[in-house]
Order: sequence, then structure tokens, then C-alpha cells
Amino acid sequence: MCGIVGLYLKNPKLKPKLGKMFKPMIIEMTNRGPDSAGVAIYRNPVKKAQTKFSLAHDDANYDWKKIDTGLEKALKCECTVKQIGNHCILVTTGKEPAVIAWLKAHHPGVRVVGSGHTIEIFKEVGLPANVYDKFDLDEAAGTHIIGHTRMATESAVTTAGSHPFATGADLCLVHNGSLSNHNRLRENLRKEGMDFQTENDTEVAAAYMTSKLRGGATLKEALEDGLRDLDGFYTFLVGTADGFAVVRDPIACKHAVMAETDDWVAMATEYRAIAHLPGADTAKIWEPEPTIVYTWGGHA
Amino acid sequence: MNELDLHKVGVRGINSQLHSLPRNTNEKHWVIHNPKGQHSIAVGLDAPLQIDIRGHVGFYCGGMNSHAELTIHGHAGVGTAENMMSGVVWVKGNSSESAGATGNGGLLVIEGDASSRCGISMKGIDIVVGGSVGHMSAFMAQRGNLIVCGDAGDALGDSIYEARLYVKGKVASLGADCIEKEMRAEHLADLERLLNAAKRKEKPSDFRRYGSARKLYNFSVDHADAY
Amino acid sequence: MDKTPRTLPRKSATFDDYTLSEIRRAASTGIYDIRGAGAKRRLPHFDDLLFLGASISRYPLEGYREKCGTDVVLGTRFAKKPIELKIPITIAGMSFGSLSAQAKEALGRGATIAGTSTTTGDGGMTPEERGQSKTLVYQYLPSRYGMNPEDLRKADAIEIVIGQGAKPGGGGMLLGQKISDRVAAMRCLPKGIDQRSACRHPDWTGPDDLEIKINELREITNWEKPIYVKIGGARPYYDVALAVKSGADVVVLDGMQGGTAATQEVFIEHVGQPTLACIRPAVRALQELNMHRKVQLIVSGGIRNGADVAKALALGVDAVAIGTAALVALGDNDPHYEAEYNELGTTAGAYDDWHEGRDPAGITTQDPELAKRLDPVKAGRRLSNYLKVMTLEAQTIARANGKSHVHNLEPEDLCALTVEAAAMAQVPLAGTDWIPGRGGY
Repeated sequence: MCGIVGLYLKNPKLKPKLGKMFKPMIIEMTNRGPDSAGVAIYRNPVKKAQTKFSLAHDDANYDWKKIDTGLEKALKCECTVKQIGNHCILVTTGKEPAVIAWLKAHHPGVRVVGSGHTIEIFKEVGLPANVYDKFDLDEAAGTHIIGHTRMATESAVTTAGSHPFATGADLCLVHNGSLSNHNRLRENLRKEGMDFQTENDTEVAAAYMTSKLRGGATLKEALEDGLRDLDGFYTFLVGTADGFAVVRDPIACKHAVMAETDDWVAMATEYRAIAHLPGADTAKIWEPEPTIVYTWGGHA
Repeated sequence: MNELDLHKVGVRGINSQLHSLPRNTNEKHWVIHNPKGQHSIAVGLDAPLQIDIRGHVGFYCGGMNSHAELTIHGHAGVGTAENMMSGVVWVKGNSSESAGATGNGGLLVIEGDASSRCGISMKGIDIVVGGSVGHMSAFMAQRGNLIVCGDAGDALGDSIYEARLYVKGKVASLGADCIEKEMRAEHLADLERLLNAAKRKEKPSDFRRYGSARKLYNFSVDHADAY
Repeated sequence: MDKTPRTLPRKSATFDDYTLSEIRRAASTGIYDIRGAGAKRRLPHFDDLLFLGASISRYPLEGYREKCGTDVVLGTRFAKKPIELKIPITIAGMSFGSLSAQAKEALGRGATIAGTSTTTGDGGMTPEERGQSKTLVYQYLPSRYGMNPEDLRKADAIEIVIGQGAKPGGGGMLLGQKISDRVAAMRCLPKGIDQRSACRHPDWTGPDDLEIKINELREITNWEKPIYVKIGGARPYYDVALAVKSGADVVVLDGMQGGTAATQEVFIEHVGQPTLACIRPAVRALQELNMHRKVQLIVSGGIRNGADVAKALALGVDAVAIGTAALVALGDNDPHYEAEYNELGTTAGAYDDWHEGRDPAGITTQDPELAKRLDPVKAGRRLSNYLKVMTLEAQTIARANGKSHVHNLEPEDLCALTVEAAAMAQVPLAGTDWIPGRGGY
């Protein structure tokens, strides 16, 4: 069980303030999710030929330079690495499958948390305020950001079990609720070749989306298929390359609220997170209806 | 008139101040500023106060209200006026899920829409919604009146007991044991009284009445599918 | 020889007499079997554990002279007025409606004499119970029957019910026979109907929203009263952690032997874990969060005597609750009424069709003539006697293990007689060092 928050900027002038605007939103959701927190921020798009990876390692003093040089040598590609907390942003011209295979073989302790052209994912156990500080997000600029505060239900409190979960290039998923048929789905998805790092139900939902998208479905189609195949209670917030998508299950017991002004669109589990945004008092406010997929800013 | 700034004193400050007032207080009128979506504002009130809340509120605003009149100048979150005993809660904007849940008495007016499970398990409260209500509204509704000037979502009045439902617009679907019923003089009179209390302009004759078919009151194997 | 030898008639262990009778009943009526009480089948339980006692290394306390404390404080985490009890045995939630007013009054009287609390049930608070019970816990259930702020303020603690051992995931059930005028009025229901109850709370779902609901109840009652959260024996390790994270002061955990007024037989016997299996995971969750003894744990479901009390405490519990046992102490299922039980098609000790409301003992009925048979003062005395005996038994055991307070009992004072009990209680199989699961086997 958790808190989820998302902020998308319509007014480009606000881009430098994205991190600052988002901070009180995710901190307001601390009580809902005291175990761990995570964000996916969309910023600093890389060139077409490049891919950006978000990597993490439990050792805060991990030598990321080794990856930089090792990868360049192994794949004959260009790399840069930038360490932020115990995460690292790797930008490379290396092809994604090859990069992932090389990391698995040579640096098995490194977790690939996300990938794409603009997305960067940071997640860690602890209170959202601490997680935010650890990853220097207060000063972050970008176009949009998704966040999550976690109260673990039936799986352990670990970094790997935190949200957001990456579901494809520039895609991520955060979830509020509790699935009830994820264990069988996990087995089926394993047979399709998906890897799992946790017992977490949200990881299964993310893998399900990835599988659908790889099979050629649009994001809307994948979420609509999910309504049929995923059993349980959920509100999903999906981050996409240029916006986000929201969907609630048919029973809709997990609250969700949306708000919009000329400057931004926001989504949160509770309005009090949105109340911190400038102009919230006069924003258009509404609730997403169950089983309808809402999308902003484009599509995957 | 007294003013309280929630931003300064917090929800605890608001509630403890309001709870400290005796039933026969002269300080009846209170304005609460900066609610900013916080939860449990003005809950458990037990005196004939008049409270104006300037802004949007979070969950359970006016929960277990007795005697007080609350006006929310904005939107309200989940469980507005839940388990209200008496008094009035008036929402100028929309209310979220489970508005008036298990309410025993009093009047809840929502000028906008009311989301799913409006009036769930209601036990005597009267609810008037200017807009529409979402799915599973009046689920297990035992007693009281739910009046919807807009439309109603799926499964209206599922497992309803003796509450009365009046809907002016479309009903997406009716729940188990809920059927349309004949509108008689006493129902029109009730509707008129409540529409007036809610300052609505709609005519009673524009509404249709829904209530229990009473087939699930005692178990019969032939109705097993409804469970 | 004129007669060919025949094998003895043999009944099936799978299709035993009870099963055959149930199939016939189902075929005849088309409705599931409904009954009261808790799981009746044999389960790993406290009888499979033994205390070690005094030895050359461990010295006993003298009875009477060397005190063995039994007091417990519940709700120290956030409440301004925690609950102080003389004994670590409370009376579990049972509704007026499922029980007669006289029975509720008797429970209040007996508990007060013994220095402990009673708990309301799925129907609200009666003046009789509040009048007689010095310490009263007020249940907050999905149905919210009878829920109101005045009673909330009169309560000494509030117990938010998420589930109970007999039916984790089921709502309350009270059939028409017991919806009398008074019960109907309290619950705002038409008289004589079969009450259908919600299984989820109407205005919150999930521990993240429970946190907000708990805060609302605290705000309504000015943070004075402890908030308990009651769960059935579903996923105790996760549930207890989530109850703590939601802000509970006390967790009440009810195993499958815990009784109910009425529910489907399949629910009672096939959903929810035995009490013994729930305790260690619950305690472990509290210890991992550094909340053991800070958020108190009350366990119920098949507590019968001071040995059960002592064993539960030894496994890390702060207090226990009794339901079925309390009713038996009042006079439920007493052989005195055997003739009437026979007329009902049952026998003393087996009577569990409490939903029919025809209890000869006047306890699980709303019939005024039957209810009159229970003298609340005498029955209250019987309950307090029984609580006294349970307490003395627990003290005897604690003293024999060298404890000056029953809370100092610990798992190391126990051993197990079966592998299942050893695994569930995480104590060694008697005569060995082996705790199944520890050390990889």
C-alpha cells in the first residue's frame, strides 16, 4: 500500500523548478509509505544513437568507472557515467541488449533500474525526504516526474522492491493497491523470458506491461488488457517518454485525484499532495473513473 | 465570527478548539482557512456550530457530525460526513468516494458530483447530490433518502434494505434486489422537502424512485445467484 | 459351516458420518450450513507444548508469598489513557444480538470483578454492558451497526475489526430469528430479516487508508483512547507489521479456533490459520519493527485454561482474549439442559446452531423466555471465578519456571511434543535441540 504522485509541466518555463515543485508532493505522502520511496524523472534527453540507463548498487562506494571503461572496451562504444548517491546514470552508444548482457556477466551486483532516452529512476529504502536528498532531486530540472512512497504489503522492504518499476524504454509503473493473482502471472511471464528480482506484486504488473508492449500493444491497449488479466485492487500511474497515464481497477477502492492548470497536470493518491502546487486552489480537480485509461502529453 | 488557520494550528488545533466549545456556546460561527486537503477536519463535532471551511478538504471531513452545520467551499475527499448523526454538511464542489457513508441522520448536500459508493450503508442520513453519483452508490443502504439530480453509476442500491433512492437522470444499472418503484404522494412530498432543504430547483415529478424488492430479506436457494 | 464369514462393516475416513450427513443436508436445503463457534477439528494447539519447570539451574518462587505479577497495560503507544488490567485475560468481542442482554451484562459483571475488560460486538454498545463493565472496548466494524460518537466517547478503547479467526474475509451474520425489535432498532434493520453484512469497511481499504481512519478516530476522541486493530489468522507476519505502520496501539489476533455467532461452516473450518501458527510470526514482526511490548499483542482463539494463557505469554503475547470459554463459564452447552439439546437434535458440548436463537441456556438467544433463564449476577460470578482460576493457574506455572511476573515467561521455558508444534511455536522438540526450520532442516 502506498502513495503515488505525478507532475507534468505544460509550461516549459517551469522546467528548472520541477524537482522543487515535486518535493513537498512526495513528502506529503510519507505516512502512506514510510518504507521506501522512488522517483522517475524525465530530463536531459540523450541523442538518438544513445541510450540512458539508470543503474543501482547496494554498495554506496561502488566504482562505476569500471563500467565506463569496461563497457567501452567490450562493446566498442562510447560511455559516460555519472554517480548520484548509490545510483549511476550511464549514457552509451552501446545497444541495450548487449549492455544488459555484459552487465549481467561482469557486474552481477548492478541492478538495471530503468532505461530510455530521458528517464532516470532513483529508488531506495527510507523516508521520501531522505531519498529526495540522497539523489539531489531538489535542484532537478525536467519535463515531468513520477514518484512513489511504499508501505510494503506481502513482500519485503528492500530497494529492489521499491517502485517505480521500469517496463520498457522511458516507461515506468507505480502502483497503489494490492494484486491477488500475481504469483501465477509471474510464473507465466517467466516462461516468456522475463526476469524477476522480487516477490513484489507491482513488479509482476510492470513485467506484464513490458510483455504486452513488446508484443506490439499500445500503452492504452496494454493497460486495458491489464484490467482483464490483473486481479485485485489498484491504481496505476505509468510514466511515458512525454507524459503519463492513469488507470484504476473496476472496484476502485484505492483513491486517486487529478488536477490541471494552464501550467501543469498533476495526479496523486490524495489531494493534499497536489495542494502544495502553485495555483492548486483554483485548479480543475477531478477523479479518474474506474477502467478508463487517461493519458497526458502523448503516448508510448 | 472566529477564524482558524489550519496551516498554523494543524488539524489537531482545529478539532481541539472546536471540541472545547460547550453545547450552548455563543461562539457559534467559525471560519477555517487553508484546509489544503488535510484529513479529519471538524470531526466529532457535538454542538450547533456554523463552520465555513474555505478550500478543499481531504478525507472524513465532518465525520460523526452532531448538530453542527458545515459548509465546505471547495471539494471534499473520501468519506465526507461519514457516520453523521445530525446537522448539515454542505459541499459546494464535488465529494469523493463513500460520501455520507453509514450516516445515521442529518443532511448532506453535494452541489457537484459524488463519486462511487455514495450513501454506502446509510442508516438514516438524507443525501442530496446536485450532480451524478458513481458505481455502488447506496450499497446496503438501510434507511434514509438519497436524491441524485444527475445520473447514477452501475449497481445502484445493491443489497439495499429500506432506504429510498430518487434519481432524475439515467441509472447505468441497478444492483441486486434494487428495483424501480412507484412514486406516490408521500414520496413526492419527501422529495419536495429535501430538494427545498438543499436549495435545488429540480421538480419532484422529474425523478424516479428506486428501492428494495425485498427478495433477499430471507435466504431462498432460488435467489442464490444474487449473492 | 452354514455362514460365510463377512468382513466387518467399515466406514470411510474420507466420507465419514458427519460428511455424509452434511451432503444429505445440502441436497435437501440448497443452502450452505451455518453455525456458530470456532473450528472444531483437531489442530496443533497449546496442548502440544509443555513447560520445563524448575530444575537445578532454575529456581521456583514460593506460592502466595513470593508475588507473581499478572497486570498488563494496553495502548501505551499513542493514547493519553492506556488501559490497565489486573489480569492478562480479556473478554473478546461478541455482539448484543448474537448474545442476549443478560449474557452481555453477565460478561460485564464478571470481567469487572476480575479487573479486566469486555468488548462490544457487531451491533453496538448496550447500556447494560457499559453500565456493568468497568473497562469496555468498543468495536468498529465494516457494518457500523449502532456506531455513534457518544458511545465512542464512553468507550475505554476502540477496536477496529478487519477480520476474525472464524472467518477472515467474512462480514457479520445474524439471521432473522434473532433480529428482535430491540436488535433491529439498534442496527436500523427491519425486524426478522436475515442480516447481510459487508466484509470490507465502507470508507477505507488498505493499511495506507487505515492510517487516515485511525487518525480520524483519534481526532474524534481527542487522542485519549487506545486504538486496537483486530485481524484473523490470515498472514500474521505481514498483517501485524501493517497494523503497526498504520498506527495501531494494540493488535488483536484471532486464530481459527476463535468462535463466531454464525457463519458458513466451510469458512470456519477451511479459512484462517490455527492460533498456535499465528503467534510467532506476529511476535517476529513486532520484534523486527522494534515494537514488541510497545505495540501490545492480544491473541485469541481456543484459550481454555491458565496453561494456554501461560504458553501464549511465553511465546511473546501481552494478553489473551476468551470468547467461547467465557460463554461456557456462563453456562453455555451445560449438560443441565441435555433434554432440550436432544430436542434440538444435538447434545451438550456439541450445540452450535446459535444462529437459530433457541439456546436453552439463554445466552445465544433473543427469546425473552429463554434469556430470562440466565441470572446475570450469578453468571457474572461464574465468569469471575473462571477468570480467577485461569489467573492462578498461569501464576502457578510462572512461579514454577522462576518468574515473578507472567510476562517474563519466554519461549525457552517451553518444549514441544510434536514436530508441527515445534515448527509453529519455534521451540525444540522435547528431548532434542531440534527446532524445525532453524539450521536449514
